[in-house]
Amino acid sequence: MKVTRMLLAMLPLVVGQVAGANATTAIATLVDTNTVADSAGAVPAHPMSHNMSYREMVEVMQMDDTSRFAKVMFDQLEWRNGGTDEGRAAWDAQSYYGGDYDKLWIKSEGNYVTDGRTDVHDADVEVLWDRVISRWWNLQAGGRQDFGSGQSRTWATLGVEGLAPQWFQTEAAIYLSDEGRTAARLKAQYELLLTQRLVLQPFAEANFYGHSDPAREIGSGLSDLEISFRLRYEASRQFAPYVGVVWLRRFGETADLVRAAGGERSDLELTAGLRVWF
Amino acid sequence: MTRSRFESRRRFVQGLAGGALVLAGGRQLGWGASPSGAASGGAGHSSWGIARNGANPGGKAIDPGAQSQDPGATLSGTDFQLEVGATQVNFTGVPRYATVVNGRLPAPLLRWRQGDTVTIRVTNRLPAPTSIHWHGMILPANMDGVPGISFPGIHPGETYEYRFPVTQAGTYWYHSHSRFQEQIGLYGPIVIEPRGGERHPADREHVLLLSDWTDTDPERIYRLLKVQSDYFNSNRRTVGDFVSDARKNGLSATVSDRRMWGQMRMNASDLLDVSGHTYTYLMNGVTPAGNWTCLFRRGEKVRLRIINGASMSFFDIRIPGLAMTVVAADGQDVEPVTVDEFRIGAAEVYDVIVEPKDDRAYTIFAQSMDHTGYARATLAPAPGMPADIPPLDLPAVLSMADMGMDMSSMHHGTSGAHDMAHMSKTPSERPPKFGPNVDMVASQPRTTLSDPGVGLRNNGRRVLTYADLRTIDGPIDARDPSREIRLHLTGHMQRYIWSFDGQKFSEAQPLRFNYGERLRVVLINDTMMNHPIHLHGMWSEVESPGGDFLVRKHTVIVQPGQQLSYRVSANALGRWAFHCHLLYHMEAGMFREVTVEGGP
Repeated sequence: MKVTRMLLAMLPLVVGQVAGANATTAIATLVDTNTVADSAGAVPAHPMSHNMSYREMVEVMQMDDTSRFAKVMFDQLEWRNGGTDEGRAAWDAQSYYGGDYDKLWIKSEGNYVTDGRTDVHDADVEVLWDRVISRWWNLQAGGRQDFGSGQSRTWATLGVEGLAPQWFQTEAAIYLSDEGRTAARLKAQYELLLTQRLVLQPFAEANFYGHSDPAREIGSGLSDLEISFRLRYEASRQFAPYVGVVWLRRFGETADLVRAAGGERSDLELTAGLRVWF
Repeated sequence: MTRSRFESRRRFVQGLAGGALVLAGGRQLGWGASPSGAASGGAGHSSWGIARNGANPGGKAIDPGAQSQDPGATLSGTDFQLEVGATQVNFTGVPRYATVVNGRLPAPLLRWRQGDTVTIRVTNRLPAPTSIHWHGMILPANMDGVPGISFPGIHPGETYEYRFPVTQAGTYWYHSHSRFQEQIGLYGPIVIEPRGGERHPADREHVLLLSDWTDTDPERIYRLLKVQSDYFNSNRRTVGDFVSDARKNGLSATVSDRRMWGQMRMNASDLLDVSGHTYTYLMNGVTPAGNWTCLFRRGEKVRLRIINGASMSFFDIRIPGLAMTVVAADGQDVEPVTVDEFRIGAAEVYDVIVEPKDDRAYTIFAQSMDHTGYARATLAPAPGMPADIPPLDLPAVLSMADMGMDMSSMHHGTSGAHDMAHMSKTPSERPPKFGPNVDMVASQPRTTLSDPGVGLRNNGRRVLTYADLRTIDGPIDARDPSREIRLHLTGHMQRYIWSFDGQKFSEAQPLRFNYGERLRVVLINDTMMNHPIHLHGMWSEVESPGGDFLVRKHTVIVQPGQQLSYRVSANALGRWAFHCHLLYHMEAGMFREVTVEGGP
């Protein structure tokens, strides 16, 4: 193991007086086991090698500004009631792992319907490489897989995520599918502190498609817009139950396709859920 | 429900009355216990108090004799054996492990004599590497105790022998420089008796070491800061604050204030990254409820040696009803200056003399800079005499001027602009460009040192500033600096990255000083935090904005948006640490190695 090797390399320590060294009264001597013969009799000016790599320094200093962290966050994990459905579960989640500059992100959003069809309806997962590109913005590139009802689609993703002026947490991404389809998504949210624990979170998401995709009840152009407000109570910073209202509006051909399938142009839903991260 | 939550919060902040070091056998070691029994929850004992019989007009020994009851609390002489280990503590009702020296939190007070050579054998009984750094001591590079820079650290079961001449006098402290051991208890005071006697003699003295205890694993604290930097901020500005600010300052001023903060994407209430939300502040290892008590007799001059051994906390200290005369800063004697209050940054040290005229108890009140909690001690004529505890001041917020912003370029003034109007500005200098790990640059840094800092301005009390401090014997080196090193203190609050000149430790080369040269180090704080900057091995001699010598320090606070300079004599060969003394800032990159080379 690296630590053990480092320990061996540093031992033994010899503490002794060196006559004539006016700047020091005592010098601890490092004898590198690899070069015992070379250093025998010689007293290095300093006990620590100048030639350690950063990783070797980290081992000795026990200090590392390049360490990596992981976070899993369910911004929305909720039950929605209203509209034409009996009710459905919905989520918007993301997780990452990485250092200050590069991270691996996994995002997912979707909803799960229980009325009759009992299948996942309109969900996707994105796997992204996230790279810091400016003070407030990260570039995110990777792939997105749609799944659920209808035909599943696979997309390549390129987007930015960051903190826009006035604290708007913003995501914008464009998508290109293996079949040449194009899409775009814009998400923004804000946190308004009513008190230290009571937070109102407005949220908006819009989806655009370059081509209509009747198999997924999607028309070209601006397909749908969701605007929601969630009022959460932060029992702790990491655990916050909430209630909210979600307004979903479908546009153009998408609205026609949904109505043809028995749906509505717009839905107003009440929601209750949990915002949780760890 | 509400009540019990309140109670538990109260206990959290104030700690347990008997909250203290508990050995495995359950015996109270007594940092929170009075000699007459812990059950009273009254006085902590005063084993660090020394009555100077010779100087005491009454001629009677007033020392409560606690020292004999707790013989390991103070160690003096020239040869020391210290054992670093772990022990169970309980400050809030939850048992936790602390890293301690000789089973003690804080570590024993070491009393040295100027001119002696001390030998300290430190044995590591922890399962992890450890180290001890002698904070503020001028000593050979391999005795400085920074793993990776001074020496390889002390590995489990090993002993390292520190040996160095004590050339200075005054109050200092020691702490671990390994990982987060300092956060969980590995700190202790050092008092060095001057060869020629004290310049400001007192009848009695007490050592007061402040710290910030947390039941939360420090690794978790650091992770939380990395993944959500405002996690511990319980003073974020709310809609209610907006309404009250709008009433006070007018709607348009408040809107424009919020717009500017929103433009910067920063939080004006972010004064300390870790707050009383998590910390229980300790005085000599005793919770506020435990109430450390130190004694005096009316008419005595009492010297308080106050050390901030906290990992992440600044304190504002005052003794309601008593003026304090500051006689030393960072161990070095200064021209006496009398104040009502002073701010002490992490790792700073101040010695003050007080002269209580009444036979009553006084509270030594140390509120955290963000006013989310406090540590306290009681200065009393007898044990078990508590004094009133003042309420915490209202939370303060930073103003735009704190951030070193050019107010003239703003559309409207802010509320903060008015009380900052007296501040001088440096002529415009083109601000440097840093990478994406720096969230702002102070375009117009303030250079004045007479600003006590956020939360202390115009509070009706005389508050110490660096401009008040004059080290008595002048600079150690009369030469003018021949070279200037400018460093920006930089960071990104949201990403929780801290750095010098936009470079984290992992990205930077060592700073090179030439042996024998006299340097001017100019620090420009581009961040919204106060940073206590500590140069190991050499003094930092703070200058006035005009370049006159002011005060010799080992740890220098640079306020948000402030530019400050100090002189350094590069007279100590070897490799040294140079860093922000906020523990998690250091970990997150605000650290450099300094190499002094080219010696004789």
